[in-house]
Amino acid sequence: MIDNLLNPAVLFFVLGLVAGILKSDLKVPQALYESLSLYLLIVIGMKGGVELSKTSIQSIGLPVMGALALGIVIPLVAYAILKYVGKFSVPDAAAIAAHYGSVSAVTYAVCLSFLQKMNVPFEGFSAVLLVTMEVPAIVVAIMIARLYRSKTQALPWGKFFHEVFLSKSIVLLVGGLIIGVVVGDAGMEPVKNVFFDPFKGLLAFFLLEMGLVASSRIKDLKKVGVFLVLFGIGMPLISALIGCWIGKFTGLSVGGTTILATLAASASYIAAPAAVRIAIPEANPSYYLTASLAITFPFNLTIGLPLYYKWAQWIVGKAGG
Amino acid sequence: MWNKKLVTIVTEKAIESNLEDSFKDWGIKGYTITDARGKGNRGVRSAVWDQAANIRIEVVTDGKMAELLCERLKAEYYDNYAMILFTVDVQTLRDDKF
Repeated sequence: MIDNLLNPAVLFFVLGLVAGILKSDLKVPQALYESLSLYLLIVIGMKGGVELSKTSIQSIGLPVMGALALGIVIPLVAYAILKYVGKFSVPDAAAIAAHYGSVSAVTYAVCLSFLQKMNVPFEGFSAVLLVTMEVPAIVVAIMIARLYRSKTQALPWGKFFHEVFLSKSIVLLVGGLIIGVVVGDAGMEPVKNVFFDPFKGLLAFFLLEMGLVASSRIKDLKKVGVFLVLFGIGMPLISALIGCWIGKFTGLSVGGTTILATLAASASYIAAPAAVRIAIPEANPSYYLTASLAITFPFNLTIGLPLYYKWAQWIVGKAGG
Repeated sequence: MWNKKLVTIVTEKAIESNLEDSFKDWGIKGYTITDARGKGNRGVRSAVWDQAANIRIEVVTDGKMAELLCERLKAEYYDNYAMILFTVDVQTLRDDKF
């Protein structure tokens, strides 16, 4: 676990967090933040695509179904806990559930570098699982919120689907995947030094900004209450456990199961907030942004990843990895 | 010179495209959007990332449309989004442009 903490990406996150809490004037310009997120998303897609080009299509079907099931089950479980145990209002519970069902591409990227560092092999198609899990949970949660709404102000579904499926992260991930599959390993060679070599360094840089953003939500921790803080740690554990079992039943290796568990545990903070703000406007953004960014994201990054790897080893068995 | 109203709206970047659609439906002829940041009763809007970013929209229009615009924005967005708006009298060179 200490090994994981000494990863530059994690340390950069902590640096940003500390600098933000101490009110340093450190700021990452918004244009750089946007450029970095654009770069990271497209490279995550491309890397996945190149790996995918070496994978047989038949082996993907079952894990993708598993990922899809996770994307539907997690928001339902999260919603039930928030609504009936946490006593949150329907819009707030649904909005938070959308975030926990959807995924964080950055957590995924850190998970891959964790596995690489530990020399754990994993399935080449893992980026497909990432893409699969991005949207369904958002749709499920928004449908819950709509179901309970009494004075229905019609949601323009066409506009909504346009917004979710053509959101920046989906376009970049899927676009990168396709480009990666089409050009393959050999085709990637000439552009490798732009797209692949600097990835880990830029990921670390991006996490500096994530630390700053997370620190801006830390002061809201008091406002959101103890229950949500516990939920922000407990929910990823529940999701990761379900993810581990689905990984086992869909035949993933230890590495692949760790990735699926991490995806299940991660909470979105790019795609989900944008969609939820429009589709569930009554929900308080302080709740979902604080839970996802200031609690779950740092938890997964530090304690979560090594823990999910351990669980994957226990559940799938060491033979797989 | 022609007497017009300048309506200034400061709100969340998250609803920019929704507002643009609404403006089109309501027959607003033109508007200007700039990025903004600041602080209000919904906390600091520092613009460090999209979810904390604000925009300022300026619309120059006639008095009647300005009133309509304010009413509609209040009805549709005030409950759930960080939004303020105010109007001032302005003079323009062309009457039919606004």
